[in-house]
Amino acid sequence: MDQVIFYILSTIAIIGALSTVVSRNAMYSVLSLVLTFFALAGIYLQLNAEFVAIVHIIVYAGAIMVLFLFVVMMLNLNTVTVTIRKNPLIKYLAVLMGIVMAAVLGFASMNTALPIARGNTSAEVGTVKVLGKMLFNEYLLPFELISVLLIATMVGVIVLTKKEE
Amino acid sequence: MESIFDVIPLEHFVLLSLLLFCIGMAGVLLRRNMIVVFMSIELMLNAVNLLAVAFSSYRGDPGGQVFVFFVMVVAAAEVALGLGILVMIYRNVKSVDINALHQLKW
Repeated sequence: MDQVIFYILSTIAIIGALSTVVSRNAMYSVLSLVLTFFALAGIYLQLNAEFVAIVHIIVYAGAIMVLFLFVVMMLNLNTVTVTIRKNPLIKYLAVLMGIVMAAVLGFASMNTALPIARGNTSAEVGTVKVLGKMLFNEYLLPFELISVLLIATMVGVIVLTKKEE
Repeated sequence: MESIFDVIPLEHFVLLSLLLFCIGMAGVLLRRNMIVVFMSIELMLNAVNLLAVAFSSYRGDPGGQVFVFFVMVVAAAEVALGLGILVMIYRNVKSVDINALHQLKW
């Protein structure tokens, strides 16, 4: 059962990713990417990573994709049609690069024995309790620094997009 | 409590993340629309996140998932700033085509 769900979710994720990259309308790209993110959230749930799955949906599908959709609508980009590179050489080279890279990495990862021992794979690892304790003990300084990063970004975006009088 | 790794080998998670990463990379190279290039970068970040979560839950070590949390925050900041820059570019050159900025090459 778990297997079937995993392979269905992976297929959805890959189809969504492909359609993000190839669809001509930017709006369809955004919606396909949302589909991919939901499939990935399902896979996180299968991996017993509840906290990451919830945060993934809230941050990616909730915030980031809404931002993308907002910009696409505001700039009225769903009428732009030519969005793929014109030069056929670059076009085929780009696709070839992707395929070759996938082949090389896939070959390498298939032929490598991953030298890591399987640890305690209980359902406890991904819970909010465990991650929260870790976040506020070992990773307290990075957690505070990341809030500084977010404030800096917010100020930067406001300054950047402000209309000059 | 049985684990997902009893029925699905870790290599399949690695393969899925690898495919997503390569699709994202091909997207960055292929597209001229800046928004779609951004989305392809998001796809690559997500592929790496998936890998981190898979290894973290395989090892039973929550550190990887905390790291994924930080990656998400950085991705959110990056998208906000990137789209801000994109809106500014659109106001100035009336286009989101990558080639509208070819003067940056000189």
